[in-house]
Amino acid sequence: MSIRLDDVHKAFGKKKVLKGFSVEVTEGETVAIVGPSGIGKSVTLKHVNGLLTPDRGTIVVDELSVPELDRDGLANLRRRVGFVFQFAALFDSMTIGENVAMALRRLEGWDEERIGLRVSECLELVDLQGMSDSYPSQLSGGQKKRAGLARALAPSPRYILYDEPTTGLDPVTTSVIDRLLLRMRDEVGVTGLMVTHDMTSAFRVADRIVLLHDGKARFVGAPEEVQSADDPVVRGFVTGDPALFYGNAS
Amino acid sequence: MRAYVLGPLATVGRATTRSLGSVGRAWALLVGAFRSLRNVDVWGPHLLPQMARVGVESVPIALFIATFTGVVMSLQASYTLTGSIPLYFVGTLVGKTMILELGPVLTGLTLAGRVGASISAELGTMRVTEQIDALETLAYDPVAYLVVPRILAGIIMFPVVVMLSISVGVASGWITALQLLDMSSHEFVKGLRLFFETWDVWFAGIKAVSFGATVTGVGCFYGFHTQGGAEGVGRSATRTVVIASMIILFLDAFWAATLL
Repeated sequence: MSIRLDDVHKAFGKKKVLKGFSVEVTEGETVAIVGPSGIGKSVTLKHVNGLLTPDRGTIVVDELSVPELDRDGLANLRRRVGFVFQFAALFDSMTIGENVAMALRRLEGWDEERIGLRVSECLELVDLQGMSDSYPSQLSGGQKKRAGLARALAPSPRYILYDEPTTGLDPVTTSVIDRLLLRMRDEVGVTGLMVTHDMTSAFRVADRIVLLHDGKARFVGAPEEVQSADDPVVRGFVTGDPALFYGNAS
Repeated sequence: MRAYVLGPLATVGRATTRSLGSVGRAWALLVGAFRSLRNVDVWGPHLLPQMARVGVESVPIALFIATFTGVVMSLQASYTLTGSIPLYFVGTLVGKTMILELGPVLTGLTLAGRVGASISAELGTMRVTEQIDALETLAYDPVAYLVVPRILAGIIMFPVVVMLSISVGVASGWITALQLLDMSSHEFVKGLRLFFETWDVWFAGIKAVSFGATVTGVGCFYGFHTQGGAEGVGRSATRTVVIASMIILFLDAFWAATLL
């Protein structure tokens, strides 16, 4: 059981975003795709659950070729692959409880009582108990991200895709979210693929880190391997040195 | 010299490609909406609330416009006919024009602004804040969830609002004739019934159904394909009103040419 992207190409108009990107996520691990803003990290993530279709390349989740799935196939896949959006993407006309319940109403055989219990359980897991009746506009940025995580978690997915889970958060809230992500892996048993440009968070949460650069995977390794890499582009990104990152990029 | 020739050609080419792309995307959305009709469990619960938003909440503005249209029609008919044609033709003119033309078209254009822009802005905001993507990731068909109930609500409720507008327009024309033109009810009703055909009401209903599908469909299309944040949402709402109004006027001429 795994997520595998192989030689994925994607262009928007004349702009080539992915130029042969490959990565594999095996069961039980959390992989972070890092890279500067606008490099195509979120685009990569959206290919995994079929929100985008590649121009070329292979995307396989649990032996299923995602680009070849029809609507029903995609719906089945998405029950196994949760998605946490960068800005949470909560439905603003619904309460937090209703948002989380939305993910469960598509599951067969779930009555309201069972849905209610699962909603409470998920909100408790992300430390949002008692917030079920609040609306998204009443929540802070960190609380919205946690609510988004609870919604993704509700149907008990095998995988969760995290799109910039800590962007825009203060260091303390970032740490809270990171701990939640670790909890998802260690206690809930979810396999994770996250994209981020927050290296502190990536080092804390990921088992492996992939540097996306110029549409390809420039470097793949454990956090400690990334920290000791000789590649100037990797060092430039980790230390935040533009001269290294851009100057020696080739 | 080359730039003078190729520049305009390139502009025309880009505009053509864009237009054809839009037609293709609109067709895809339409086909998607038809296919999503089978997901009654997804769109069913949203139909009544949408009918209330599209129809019931549009009644006040539609009736406001119909009331004054009826008044003006009555006064202008009297001004035009006085001295040459019997005054009871005021009833004929008010009835015929309200039923065949002004009731459906004015209501359609008004609702293109009220309903079409609202749908476009709502779906556009959902698009740019990734709420539509979120629906997909939760295994919902966004077309069944968002588009189908809105278009069905338009198809069902536009005829209702149009018929109310026609009734109120004729009634206000009648009251104007009684109060300001020294006509009797007998005269007005005589004129009203003179050339009345039941088919005219059906004609208005057909127009209203097509306008309802147009306004809601165009709103959904531009909302669904919104790009570029708040500015993009504004652009989509504006395009919805302009394009829906143009299609309404085209359909108005089309139905007149084919059904009358």
